[in-house]
Amino acid sequence: MNETKEGYKNNSVETKDIVFKILRYNPDVDKKPHFDTYTVPVIKGWTVLDAVMYIKENLDSTVSYRASCRMGICGSCAMEINGKPRLACQTQVIAELQSNEVVVKPLANYPILRDIVPDLTPLLEKHDSIKPHIIRKDKEDQKNPRGELYQTPEQVEEYLQFSYCIKCGACLAACPVVGSDEEFLGPQALTQAYRYSIDTRDDGFQLRLDALDDPHGVWRCHFAGACSEACPKGVDPAFAIQLLKREVTARKFGKKTEPAPIAKQPVNVKRWESVPYPPEKTVK
Amino acid sequence: MRESTLWFWHLMAAIVILVVLSIHMGVMHLDVILKGLGLLSAGDVLSYAAVIARAKTVAYLVIYLLLMWFALYHGFYGLRSMILEMSDTMSKAGEIVVTWVIFVFGLGLAIYGTYVIIAGYVIANA
Repeated sequence: MNETKEGYKNNSVETKDIVFKILRYNPDVDKKPHFDTYTVPVIKGWTVLDAVMYIKENLDSTVSYRASCRMGICGSCAMEINGKPRLACQTQVIAELQSNEVVVKPLANYPILRDIVPDLTPLLEKHDSIKPHIIRKDKEDQKNPRGELYQTPEQVEEYLQFSYCIKCGACLAACPVVGSDEEFLGPQALTQAYRYSIDTRDDGFQLRLDALDDPHGVWRCHFAGACSEACPKGVDPAFAIQLLKREVTARKFGKKTEPAPIAKQPVNVKRWESVPYPPEKTVK
Repeated sequence: MRESTLWFWHLMAAIVILVVLSIHMGVMHLDVILKGLGLLSAGDVLSYAAVIARAKTVAYLVIYLLLMWFALYHGFYGLRSMILEMSDTMSKAGEIVVTWVIFVFGLGLAIYGTYVIIAGYVIANA
């Protein structure tokens, strides 16, 4: 540690010089990606995102990156840091990486938009292809839900873990199968397919089957488990995919699901006067 | 046909192969132990007489037919999976062509193999 940097010297903040090698690529100018090197005075507690922001603000304003919430919720800042896909905002430089050199690249298995910004279109298209929402058999009920749908805590527990996905794309970057088969749906979409298919409020399993039960669908997974290791939210996509394989097979052999019952409208109940009414619908 | 059907039979084939291949490997390579346990008659398992003796039995006829059919299916389904996975620029039409070529080639080998195994059984019993 040293205290040589002017910006922090007055506050007696210890810094440590860390070399950041950042992959640079501007498709309008560069023929192929290359690395630029920056020395950053990292303060204890800084994340890689802090360091990248420091580079942009103080060393090279042309560096492009994507970030938003800075607290591991939005998933925007996923990038490859020292060879592993991680959220830059959750990766502490000194305590976690424990290296004097940090190599930052865009997520693997995606086209590069610019520098360390990947094009997440494949992730979003695959996600969309498995219809990631509750689908009701009764179309009227889908449009205008008749009431609350009951679920037991155990039924919620079945899918809760898998609903924590923030679509950062780290799992697809880690997946070796996506690396060899671009069409493979990938851990994110398959996990969400399981998350919705196992939800007792959902009747859309058959509609997802065309995408899932395909040569590039659920059966393509080799169970390498890299997705679960990469997931910053502990979703465990590899586990979800194996459960999805079991679910597809079980339903093939006639497994029936119990739909969630619709709660009856309360009768002889007086509304509390202090409870405000919901606002008018904004979309008619 | 749904991929789940093909995959299901891929797994079932693996189970069948595990059983019949274990019998084959046991008879061929663990013959000393099997003889010691009294499960196999004495003599060289690769001698002409021993081969003909096995070829005469319906049990071995069934074992080798099952081994050949399921190993062909398991192997060619795996080959198809590898081709489709590694050729990610292949069109859907190309995938269908690959599937049919492998199916026809595998079916041809299965028919030829069935003929050879059954012919061996008939000749041994003649």
